Amino acid sequence: MNTLTRLFEKKKQNLLSIYFTAGYPETDSTIKIINSLQAAGIDFLEVGFPFSDPLADGPVIQQTSQQAIKNGMNLELLLDQLKSAGSSVTLPLILMGYLNPVLQTGMEAFCRKAKESGISGVILPDLPPEEYEADYKELFKMHDLHMIFLVTPETSQARIRKIDALGSGFIYAVSSSSTTGRQDTFTSAQTGYLKRLQSMNLQNPVMTGFGIHNRNTLQTVWENSSGAIIGTAYLNALIKCRDEKQAIKLLMDRLGIEKPMNL
Amino acid sequence: MPQLINSKGFYGDFGGAWIPEMLHANIEELARAYAGILETDGFKKDFSNLLRDYAGRPTPLFYARRLSGHTGAKIYLKREDLCHTGSHKLNNVAGQILLARRMNKKHIIAETGAGQHGVATATVCALMDLPCTVFMGEKDVARQEPNVMRMKMLGAKVITVTSGTRTLKDATNEAIRHWINNPSDTHYLIGSTIGPHPYPDLVARLQSVISEEIKQQLRQKENRDFPDYLLACVGGGSNAAGTFYHYIDDARVKLVGAEAAGEGTGTGKTAATIATGSPGIIHGCRTLLMQDSDGQITGAHSISAGLDYPGIGPLHAHLHKTGRATYLAITDKEAMQAAHLLTRLEGIIPALESAHALAALEKLDFKNSDIVIVNLSGRGDKDMESYMESMAHRE
Repeated sequence: MNTLTRLFEKKKQNLLSIYFTAGYPETDSTIKIINSLQAAGIDFLEVGFPFSDPLADGPVIQQTSQQAIKNGMNLELLLDQLKSAGSSVTLPLILMGYLNPVLQTGMEAFCRKAKESGISGVILPDLPPEEYEADYKELFKMHDLHMIFLVTPETSQARIRKIDALGSGFIYAVSSSSTTGRQDTFTSAQTGYLKRLQSMNLQNPVMTGFGIHNRNTLQTVWENSSGAIIGTAYLNALIKCRDEKQAIKLLMDRLGIEKPMNL
Repeated sequence: MPQLINSKGFYGDFGGAWIPEMLHANIEELARAYAGILETDGFKKDFSNLLRDYAGRPTPLFYARRLSGHTGAKIYLKREDLCHTGSHKLNNVAGQILLARRMNKKHIIAETGAGQHGVATATVCALMDLPCTVFMGEKDVARQEPNVMRMKMLGAKVITVTSGTRTLKDATNEAIRHWINNPSDTHYLIGSTIGPHPYPDLVARLQSVISEEIKQQLRQKENRDFPDYLLACVGGGSNAAGTFYHYIDDARVKLVGAEAAGEGTGTGKTAATIATGSPGIIHGCRTLLMQDSDGQITGAHSISAGLDYPGIGPLHAHLHKTGRATYLAITDKEAMQAAHLLTRLEGIIPALESAHALAALEKLDFKNSDIVIVNLSGRGDKDMESYMESMAHRE
């Protein structure tokens, strides 16, 4: 069974997921980072494969991606690293990145290799649901890979329903229409949007991302969706600490989570 | 007006809207609105008045007698360099700003490479009293200072982009990110036939005034409304799209695009996307682009900042794939020579971009009776530094 599916069956609330850019700070940081986040009790991870032109990302993910590319990270190397980690990695892994590197690998080879490397699902922000449905849906089903789609405060109700029917795993709710959002608290409009999603009784759980970086924003997201996805705030901690164990400690501290397991 | 795209915004295999969900609402709003608005009588009237009285259209179709003698064919120059602000860019800007006003947008953002599109955007924004923000790569800011100053004088805010390659590619990324962050009342005014659908079609339609005028002007001068050849330079491809537009279904007309080979297509320092690129996705569009085997988009190189882009509009990728148009790779050196030749033969200093189209004349076998039109997309004032340097080398 897909490990992400199993996770959401067991745990419905207060989930915490971390995004990191594979290949940052070093080419071989990937497994060390995964191990440290697993030890800290993070529920699942988005492993970002770098792209030269990350349109939907703010400066921190741009910079870490650029460094990762310089370090020689690419999709093939990443999947090899994940495969060689084998059964020591037990938490579900999602691959996240842009479509162009995937197309150069070929979607079929990508799905096959991702499955072999223990990947549960994929997020490709620039693959529109319509194109996925027409060209790739069967391929993802065949490989038991979840395709996770984004929704934003601008996404219409009808489109959210369509995305909920087409995607699986979870729905990634982008908390605001900002690539860099750094407010201390969510606005009432943002909270209202999450409540609206909750009231739609979607078949997929909703994970909220973008702009979560402190206790306040985390609590709001936990109260109004299944869980939180944290990317930039984690990478900022990693940039500051230059050590993956210290980084997750610092992040947990900022989020007001008192006792990270096993740290 | 001929319809070149299908209902999903594809030219054959190329085009579409490969965009993150954060842009979906904006792009869908534009895609629903643009074609209808462009067809209204009110828009058509405002657009043609603005092009006539403000841009100075129609631009002349000039018979280049001495260049014709040199080439061995009958050469006409379509003088887009005489448009207000010095290039064809104003056509698209005027149209998109009229469109943006009809869509109640209050801010205009744009990307620019050489600065020609940025200047055109800042110009029409001044005219229409709209706030304007232009994104420009740090490298281009340094090498195109006069255009930066023009934009500032016109009241635009110029944002220097320091991410990635610090050129047009990353200026475009930054403009798109700004749009994601400010979705409701901002219009992103793309300067070429690139980006997600509907931009390539929108920009091609607004630039199609070039080929519309060529038809009328040829009828008067040659008593026939089609040439044997149409030549234009191609970066993103907007001036070429406008030059080809009304002739795309006319098999009597040979269409030739000149892309920037930089130091040569085999040197790695090139912007010749058709010659060296492969299919992929750049800036929300499936097209040909320059990339490495990992799918990372590589930096382009050209002496001409306006052609320094690692992708090409999906229309041109399609015209290349179907064999309808031919694309020739012109080196920096060949473009430079062609610029000097035109200057001495006709007393016209062309933009370095347009010089690539002129250089393509040397690579084609013409009959003496062939009627050849070169789209002179811009004037060379902005390139004086490069020209001065080349003259110093010659002396």
